[in-house]
Parts: sequence; structure tokens; C-alpha cells
Amino acid sequence: MHRLVSAVIPMLAALAAFACAAIILLALGANPFEGFRAMYTGAFGSVDRLSATAVRAVPLVLVGAGISISFRASVINIGGEGQIIAGALLSTVTALALPGLPPIILIPLVLFAGLVGGGIWGAVPGVLKAYASVNEILSTIMLNIVAVQFMNYMLRSPLIDPLEIERGTRIPQTERLSDNAALPTLISGTRFNLGVPVAVAAAVGAYFLLWRTPLGFRLRAVGHSPDAARAAGIPVERSVVSALALSGSLAGLAGAILVFGSEGQRMITDGSSAGFTGSAGFNGIVAALFGGLHPLWTIPSAYLFGGLITGANHLQRVLQVPAALAVTLNGIVVIFVVSSSKVRDRIGAILKARREFDHPANESTSSPPAEEVAAT
Amino acid sequence: MSDFFTATVLFSTLAAGIRLSTPFLFAGLGEMIGQKSGVLNLGVEGVMLLSAFFAYWTALSTGSLWLAVLVGMLVGLLMGVVYGLITVVFHAEQGISGIGIFLFGLGFSDLMFQENVGTPKFTSKLPSVDIPLLSDIPHVGVAFFQHSAMTYTAFVMVPLVMILLRRTTFGTNIRAVGENPESADSLGVSVARMRFSAIVIGNTLAGVAGTALVLELGIFQPNLTAGRGFIAIALVYFGAWRAPGVMAGALLYGLVEATVITWKALGIIPRSLSDISAMAPAVITIGALVILARRVKPPAALTQPFSRH
Amino acid sequence: MRNKNRSRRFKLLRFVAAVMALGLLASACGDDSDDGEATGTTAPATTAPATTAAAETPLKIALVAPSASDDLAFTQSMVDAINALSDPVDLSITDGTFVIEDAAAAIRGYAEAGNEIVVAHGTQFGASLAEIAPDFPEVTFLWGTSTDTQGLANVFAYSPDAAEGGYVNGVVAAAISASGSIGVVGPIEAGDAVTYITGFNNGALANGATDVSITYTGSFGDVALAAEAATALIINGADVLTGSAQMVVGAVGVASDEGVPWFGTQANQTSLDPSLVVASQVYHWEVILEEMIDQREAGVLGGEAFEINLANGGLEIEFNDGFDLSADARAAGDAAIAGIIDGSIDPNG
Repeated sequence: MHRLVSAVIPMLAALAAFACAAIILLALGANPFEGFRAMYTGAFGSVDRLSATAVRAVPLVLVGAGISISFRASVINIGGEGQIIAGALLSTVTALALPGLPPIILIPLVLFAGLVGGGIWGAVPGVLKAYASVNEILSTIMLNIVAVQFMNYMLRSPLIDPLEIERGTRIPQTERLSDNAALPTLISGTRFNLGVPVAVAAAVGAYFLLWRTPLGFRLRAVGHSPDAARAAGIPVERSVVSALALSGSLAGLAGAILVFGSEGQRMITDGSSAGFTGSAGFNGIVAALFGGLHPLWTIPSAYLFGGLITGANHLQRVLQVPAALAVTLNGIVVIFVVSSSKVRDRIGAILKARREFDHPANESTSSPPAEEVAAT
Repeated sequence: MSDFFTATVLFSTLAAGIRLSTPFLFAGLGEMIGQKSGVLNLGVEGVMLLSAFFAYWTALSTGSLWLAVLVGMLVGLLMGVVYGLITVVFHAEQGISGIGIFLFGLGFSDLMFQENVGTPKFTSKLPSVDIPLLSDIPHVGVAFFQHSAMTYTAFVMVPLVMILLRRTTFGTNIRAVGENPESADSLGVSVARMRFSAIVIGNTLAGVAGTALVLELGIFQPNLTAGRGFIAIALVYFGAWRAPGVMAGALLYGLVEATVITWKALGIIPRSLSDISAMAPAVITIGALVILARRVKPPAALTQPFSRH
Repeated sequence: MRNKNRSRRFKLLRFVAAVMALGLLASACGDDSDDGEATGTTAPATTAPATTAAAETPLKIALVAPSASDDLAFTQSMVDAINALSDPVDLSITDGTFVIEDAAAAIRGYAEAGNEIVVAHGTQFGASLAEIAPDFPEVTFLWGTSTDTQGLANVFAYSPDAAEGGYVNGVVAAAISASGSIGVVGPIEAGDAVTYITGFNNGALANGATDVSITYTGSFGDVALAAEAATALIINGADVLTGSAQMVVGAVGVASDEGVPWFGTQANQTSLDPSLVVASQVYHWEVILEEMIDQREAGVLGGEAFEINLANGGLEIEFNDGFDLSADARAAGDAAIAGIIDGSIDPNG
């Protein structure tokens, strides 16, 4: 019975989300069934679509894996947007400085530069939290704002394509970056590039780091109870900095992949962060939490969310409804699905009250809060 | 350029700072009340956008600002009920559901705007309410006593929220369920009801924030809030979960923003540094916290769902 | 946002299964006709762009744009232009797509779907276009604003010489300014905004303005900040304002309250304040769109950069009759237009 409920509730939630979406589609004068069909084929309908969805999911996987690391250490990182930008900028500078290196060296180098750039941008709120008691939610939100303005400054001034100055068009973009740094396409005829396996590998790496290394153990111990960790001789402050730096570095890697795996092969700004990141800094949080803060489960979770984005965009093109519908649908699906998982739990609990005895008390409600680290 | 230090410029900058801080203050106080009860709401931006659009649409189609404010509040309240259902009744993950609300608000306000309004047009704006006598004081009057009713209300909310949280049973219970839901529950306080109420109040205030923003400008555009909802969340941490602290944060951010934009207009900040100077509000807010170095604990049960075992 | 119990991973799996099942269900229930986007790929018309049938069957055009199609600015100018074409057109629009990755997907999607012309209406989409265009040699891509085609044979580039209209607006603004102090609100100092504002600055200074204060707010979207910028400019003595990009509606609102005349660009902004908008520089892309379509029908799919300017009628200064503009000021504006067209005035100089 419990199993049946477990299977049915997410179905009902998805159905409820689709029902909501159907109402909006009908109100817009579109056929909902055609819409859902377009959404499905747009996200998963062919090898080409599956690849496009994978590429769209890459930043979500990376940000999500990073979020898993920081949240496991009870550090909340909402600075993905800024960290993606920082990683992209440093990798872009690297490619501009060393365009002649062969791909076998330059590609790993720009990816590494992305890691470093994002890592630095993540370490700043880490240091502020650990040594100056500045809450990381505040500092990461603020650093997102700083990163956008810094990107705009860099791209319209020191890094601007000299041609743009010469022509007087002043488009805030770099020159075309070295082809030696371009991430190669792995399935010809699709957008499936090296960024996809790199992201998957990074997520696997995050998993190993969290559960198979002493650092990971320290991070999780700090997340579990900073006081107990400190009593056990774990350097809490340094762990907090590590958690945010690691989390930021994965977002930064996403930034590098966005530049060198993009169709454009250069960095450009439209003045906002979302134009470049596609809001991956926020959507990655959804992917991570939906994947249970487990780096490996973040992969399918991000892929699904990526499909939601590519599918909704395809729906827009097929039915010619306003593009804002795509973002609306994303929101609706997230809200319904996240609500459903707990409904399932509750119904399951009622049906199988005995379950309470099989499990030890729920750890998460009795463990200390995230922010206590700040207070120590 | 020569008169950048004159009283006129100084006090008009103050006035601009107070105008800019109004939406931060409403939304920040709302977020603070929610967090006090143990619920983090990352969806403020979405609620602000929804309320802003519906308030604007109401003003545009009825011409009544009163009705517009009412609708803006109601939309906030409705979103509060939705968020309360999601987080309190369904026990959903607060981080994800907040981002879900943000995405929904961002998209749906844009969709409704395109379907129902389309081409931007102005509606009547909130009139400036001059406080008798005080508004006639040279300079000071312009800075502090010639604002819209919304702005005065925002600042009046500060002591009201303090009294609500500190001096009433309702407020004590909200704080109790945010600090230790188990013991509050054992004392007969309904955790669910308190949190639900706090969320509804908080989201209504977020709705008022969006309404204040759009009616001050008299026009709506997709993504009108431009990140102000997220800044409001940050300011709750700046204010260390105290209403005057949130007010200080809102004023600091708003005043630095106003100063930077004024200095740009006066040519004091060269054009080549326009983006660098736009970082100032964010950097100074962090810097101020570093200097203050407050070590304040957030509500202990923040982000933790509660259910009786 | 804390550790979850480990059963979550199974929830996720179940959700994946549920979505897949529903997707299949929706596919089964959906219309039997082929996927809307894919219909065109099998149509023979796409392989032969220059057929005589082109006159009867509407031209399939798709537009991908970063802002809303009725934004009273950049995107609307192109939508209006396509609708103003003399040939019948079947237009698909993906607007509000500021995420560059999504825009690239849309451009590719429309090309695959058999559109004959795909308009990538954003400078920031050019880099993606360089990769996409070679994959669809039968499709003509239009890209702007840009002054070059990146060497692609099936790309036409387009750009406005926004400095020209800026110059004219500046001349007229200086003529009606009593204080000689004029304020400008811009987004970030880049692209089109700079071109327009440079021209405006030169025009105003050439006609006796003493001070042109230019404020870049740092954002294309922050309406409230644009409003405060306008307020600060007015307090600093500006008695005429202009500005570029979507967020300037905030500045127009302030100008409206303070009774300060406003000059618009990109689209006719008179509707925002019928009594205070003096003139708007309007983009009439249809002038060059017709040329591009003619070339395509003649078998040339791209490879040329077009510009709209005052001389070819693609740029037009639309004066607002609702504003009581003095004859002298109007004459100064007309003289500037004539001077730019005959080459005696260089708006960038």
C-alpha cells in the first residue's frame, strides 16, 4: 500500500502541475496536449534534443554538486551566479593570454582557471563568515551584484574586443577566443560537448570528496555539529572556508564551460547575470535540493530540470505563446513537485505508522542549525 | 559640478535614498517576521513582482490607487497562503519552494503584463503627502517630509513590528516556534498556525513592497524589481532579525545607491567608473557588517520543518 | 535546507518515471500531425529559396529577440518592420529571450523548422550565430545590431547609425533648453546606447548647450534607478532629458512629473507622455529588410552589412505635434537632418 502511494503521489503532483499549466495554456488560446507533447519532444525527443538538454543541464549539475558540498557543511551558498561569472572571467583572461597553447594543454588550463576563479569568489564569503561573522546568505547575494558589475566593467573596458572600439560599435564582448580552448563536440551534429562528461566527473568527484576523503568527513562533521566538530579538533573556520571555496569552484567551472562550450566561443554581457548564466546559480540550488544534496543524485535531477527548460522553450516556439510562459511553468513544476514529496511522506507515515519504530529519531530535526558556525 | 556639496543636492540625495529604501524596508520586515517563525522565504522577489504587476494593472484599469494598494496587498496575502500551504502544511523544502515561487512570480507577472497590457504606459503615481509645517522646513522638509504615504508607512511599520514581536503573545509565540518548536508545541502553541500566520504577514509585506515600488514609478516592466527582493533577504541578516536593524540596512543600501547615482549625475564619479561605483551599495553593506562584527544567532529552527512525532 | 533522509533518491527516481510516463501519455494524446517545429523540414520550398511560388506562399520568418515584442524600443522596432513588409509573411516570434544559450537554441530550432529567414535580433546572439549559420546554408540569417557579417555567406548584418538621430535630438534639445544644461540617462556604457548618446552629446554641444551630463545607471532593467538618475539630473539643473534602453521609462516618468521635455530613441515614445515627448528617433528596419529579401530571392543569401540612416529613410525623427516646439528649434532640427544627409555634418565628430 505504501509503495503504491509512493508511486502515485509524484504522479499526482506532476499531473496537478500539468493541470495548472494546461489552464494557463488554454487561457492563452493554445492546445495543452500539443503543448505537453512539444515540451516532451523538445526536451527528450531526439538525440539532438537529449544533447541540448544535457548541455543546458551542465551548469545545473556543477552548481548543484557545489551546493551539495556547502549545504552538507551547513553553509548556504546563494552566490552561484557571481561564482559562475568569476570563473568565466578568469578562464577568459587565461585564454586571451595564452591563445597559442595546444588544446591538450589549453582546455584543461581554462577549465582549471574557471575552478580557481569561482573558488576565489566562493572563498570570500567563506572568510567573511568564518572570521568576521558575516552571514553567508547576505554576502553571497551582495557578491552576485558585485560580480555582475565587475563583468560589465571588464567586458566593456579592459577585455573588450579591439574591433569593437575600432568600429565604434562598443559591444561589450571579448574577441573570439582561441579555438584551441574550445570544448570539442563529442557527438557530431549535436551540441554534446566535452563539458558534459566534465560536469559528470566533477559531480562524481564531489561525491568522493564528501564521503571518501578526510576533508569531506570534516565538512560533514562541521555541518552536523560545529561544536562537536570543534571538540573533536576539527578546524571549523577553515572547513567553512573550504566548503564555500569548493562550492564556488564548481560554479566557476560551470562558468568556464559556458564560455568555451558555448556556440559563441567568447564572453559577452547583456548587462545582467541571468543573460549569461541562465540563472543557473539559483536553479542549481533546486537541482541540488531535489537530488537530496547528494552530488550523484544531482546529475539526474539537473538533467530533468534542464529538460524542463529546453522543453518549455520548445513549447514556446511551437505554440507561439509568450516566452515568459516557460519560466512560469518552471516555477509551477518546482512548487508542485517539492510539495508532493512531503505529502507522500505524510500519507506514507499514516499508512505505515510502524515505520517510526524501525527508524531512529530523525537526525535533522535534532541537529543544531546551520548558522551556529557563524556564532562560534 | 561645483555645487555638489550644496544643501539642495545633499538633502535631495537623502530623499532619494529614503525613496529607494522603502521597498527594501517593507520586504525586509516581512522576511524577518517569517524567519522569526523559522521559515526562510527565498521567493520574496517573485511575490514583489506579482503584487507590483497586479497593483499596476488595477491602477491602470480602475484609476484608483487605493484599490491598487489593496490588490497589491491581497496578492501578497494570497501568495502567503500558497507559501504557507507549501512549507507548513506540505512541509516542503523551503529553499526549493522559495525559488519555485521566485520563478513563478518572475514568469507569471511578465506573462500577465504581455497579455493584458503589452506596451508600457503610465498610471497615476502615489502622490507626495506633505506633512504640515514640517515639510516647509528648508531642505529638511524635502528630505524627510515630502514622501508618499507608502514611505511613511514603511517607517511606521518598524516600531509596530517591534511591538508585535516583543510585546504581544502572538509575537512571543512566533519567536518561540522559530527558536524551539518542540517546546512551543509541548506548551500548547500550534507551530503550524504560528508559522502560517507569520508567512502570510511576511508575504503581504513583500506584496506591499512591490506595490510601493510600482506605484512610486507609475509604470511596470518585466522584472521591475531588478533583484530588490533578494537584497531584502540579505538585509534581514544585516539587521540581525531586529526591526531597527533591518531599517538601518535598508537605509544604508538605499542611501549609498542614491549617493552613487547622484554623484554620477553631477559628474563627480567619472563615466569610466560607472559600473565599479555601482558595486558600492553591496560592498559597503558587507563592509559595515565586518566592522560591526555582530555575532547574532538566527532563529534556531530556521528552515527546519516541524511535525509531531 | 538540511540533510534529507536517504529515501529521497527513490523519490527522484519515481518522479523521473512519472514525468516520462506523463510525457509519453501527452505525446500519445497530442495531435497526430507532426511536431509544429519540424513540419517545415520536409517541405521542399526550403531547399529552393528563389522560386516563383514565393509570391503566393507567405515568407516564413522567425524572430528571436531579447526583450518583449511590444517594448516600445528595440524589439518592437523589428516586429513593426516585419509586419510592414509588402510581401505576405508568416512570422514566428521568440521574444524576451535574454538568456544567450536559450536564444541560440531558438535560432537553431527555427532554422531546423524550415523558416526561410531567421532574425537574431540581439548583438549578443552574434557569437552563437557564427556557429549556427554554416549548418543551415539554405537559411538566411539576419543579425543586428552589427556592422559586419563575420564573413558568413548566409548572414545579413544590420545596424542603425543611432548617432545621426542622437545628433538631431541633441540639436533640438539644445535649442529648447533655457539653462543650456541637458541630462542623459543610459544603461551601461556599451553598444547602441553609446552610439546614440555620443551623437546626442555632439549635437547638443554644437548648438550651444553648455553642459551635457551623462549618467549610466549600470543596469538595463532597473527602472527605479533610472528614475532617481533623472531626478538627480534635474536637481543639477538639466531642463531637457533623453535616454536609451528599456529602463528609461523610469526617467520619462520623472520628466513627466517635473514638466521636463523628453527625447526618445528606438521607437516613438510619444505615447508615454503626449505633451512632453518632443521627438523620437524611430528605426524603420523595413527599408533594409526589403532589400535583403530581394537579394535572397535573387539567390544571394547573405554576406552584406546594411545600415539604416537618415539618408535611406531607415532612421526617422518623428516630431510630436502635441509638443509646442518653436519654429526655430524645429528648423535647427531639420537643418541638422539635411546636413547629416548631405554629409556636411558628422554626428560622430
